[in-house]
Amino acid sequence: MSGKDRTPTQTLIRVEDLCKVYQLGSHTNQPIRHQVLFDINLEIYPAEFIAIMGQSGSGKSTLMNILGCLDTPTSGNYWLAGRNVAYLSNDELAHVRNRNIGFVFQGFNLLRRMTALDNVAAPLLYAGMNRNESRKRALTLLQQTGLGQFTLHYPNQLSGGQQQRVAISRALVNQPQLILADEPTGNLDTQTSHEIMALFKQLNSDQGITIILVTHEDDIASYANRFIRLKDGRIIQDGGKGTLLSIPFQDKRITSQP
Amino acid sequence: MKLLIIISEAFRALQLNRLRTGLTMLGMIIGVAAVVLMLSIGQGAQINISNTIASMGSHLLIVVPGATSSGGLRFGSGSVKTLTAGDAQAIAELSSVEATAPVVSGIAQFSYGANNWSTTITGVTPDYFSVSNWEVESGSIFSEADLRSNTRVAVLGKVAAENLFGMEDPIGRILRIANRPFLVVSVLVAKGQSLSGRDQDDNVFIPLTTAQRQILGNQFPGSINYMLVQSTSADMMEEAEAEITRLLRQRHRLSDRMENDFTVRNLTALAVVASTTAKIMAWVLGAIASISLLVGGIGIMNIMLVSVTERTREIGIRMAIGASRRAILTQFLLEALMICILGGLTGVMLGIGGAWIVSQIADMPVVITLSMIGLAFTFVTMIGIFFGFYPAKRAASLKPVEALRYE
Repeated sequence: MSGKDRTPTQTLIRVEDLCKVYQLGSHTNQPIRHQVLFDINLEIYPAEFIAIMGQSGSGKSTLMNILGCLDTPTSGNYWLAGRNVAYLSNDELAHVRNRNIGFVFQGFNLLRRMTALDNVAAPLLYAGMNRNESRKRALTLLQQTGLGQFTLHYPNQLSGGQQQRVAISRALVNQPQLILADEPTGNLDTQTSHEIMALFKQLNSDQGITIILVTHEDDIASYANRFIRLKDGRIIQDGGKGTLLSIPFQDKRITSQP
Repeated sequence: MKLLIIISEAFRALQLNRLRTGLTMLGMIIGVAAVVLMLSIGQGAQINISNTIASMGSHLLIVVPGATSSGGLRFGSGSVKTLTAGDAQAIAELSSVEATAPVVSGIAQFSYGANNWSTTITGVTPDYFSVSNWEVESGSIFSEADLRSNTRVAVLGKVAAENLFGMEDPIGRILRIANRPFLVVSVLVAKGQSLSGRDQDDNVFIPLTTAQRQILGNQFPGSINYMLVQSTSADMMEEAEAEITRLLRQRHRLSDRMENDFTVRNLTALAVVASTTAKIMAWVLGAIASISLLVGGIGIMNIMLVSVTERTREIGIRMAIGASRRAILTQFLLEALMICILGGLTGVMLGIGGAWIVSQIADMPVVITLSMIGLAFTFVTMIGIFFGFYPAKRAASLKPVEALRYE
């Protein structure tokens, strides 16, 4: 056994020399190689609250997708809860997403033809639970996130903040160790944004759930305890609260203006 | 995910777009209804024919006179009456032959009271009734003794009896045939149409000798129109045919270079041809109808492909929360299958209804069997799986990242 196969025990996530290369125009004779991530090394421990920041095109979304088992790396290794998940089959990845990871998206991504209750219960159905039991558990979670009276509403009958709470309930329903939140406040007003972030903070401190947040807003990122900054596919900064303030975050959209 | 839950999800997805589901289903409904209807009409026709065959009597040969040539001119069969009742008696002695029934027939005028009726008169021997499967409804048929003494007795077919006697019981009444009085001794059970479509029940039977000597007249002594020959078994048909030919050539004193002045035909073989034709017809109709099922299947594939594209984001979300490819595949496959099965059910009911209407309006026999319905269902399920698989496979092979990004 080589050293690489030994799985670290305390870490929740361990990423080693991770690269992602996209082959563009692969149908032509000379495919264009486009490398998005370069040798990413990362260790994340249980109960951390991490903000990943970077400009558009910095590779943070790609990293999130790989960490979330929605995509696979081109090379390198990724251990999640002691298991190397970098090259699992599609169905094994689906199982990992179902059991270990909860997702919260910028656009909420609720199933619009289902009630809030059924949206939250859906992951449990894919885990093989029966309908009644799954709804019971979903109800408990909706009550915890303050949506007890909206269980039978459809997503289009709920405000943005309420929809995001439904999405968070759904992310929590299978009791994952990890929640990945991709710009969860991007579609929300300031006040609602802070309410949602307070909910994340509470989940992190009360239940010890590891949260990885992708954002480009400093005040949203400030809820986290650790900050990782990406640039051109490389980690250029990784540290505690002090580092956030020392290098002010600059959005590409601002700097690129003439 | 449990199958029951996937089924209820698929059902819900279909309910959300009722018009589209309904229109897609219509293709299946029409296809299945057409298949069931065509098969039931075809089966009905087949059963009709096999009933007629059974009514004809089993392993029968027919010997007709004719095919004679005179001075280089060749006459059609029956043009010369070369067969006699004596030939029939001689043939009956052959080892491969069970019985023979010589027949003369013609048209005569019948009258009873104020009713008169012109129809077929057939001169036969008592064996004729058993050879050609006639059953007696009332009275009893004439005997060999009647044949020998040229008695004037008549056996009536059902239609002839009704036309002449109406509601009266004909047994024991006097019927005038060509103005000669005949005693009605028996009425036969109705048999329906012959293979050629003639009504076999519009017929009056009298002893062969009486017909020859008193009603129809003789071309030469003892001549007959044709004879039915029943062989001892179905396997002996060919043997009987050869023996009859040999015997008749000898009796008619035909030299080796002369052609037969008679023709032996295998009636059962003709019947088999007729029933095979009906069977082929039924399958051809069914096959044509199943083309519409195929077209319906293509419609399902089309709609499912549109549906997969429309729901790409939904598929992405489902994958993100843990749906395996198999779960996605099953979900879309079940949607297609459900359209087929629900359409199939409706189609079967419509087909049965249509068959009933056909049987009422066109007075055609129709037959609906469980195997027919089973066949239609199997076909529909296969179409559902076949045409639903590709769109479902396409949904399942979407990449989660790309599906989530889809607007």
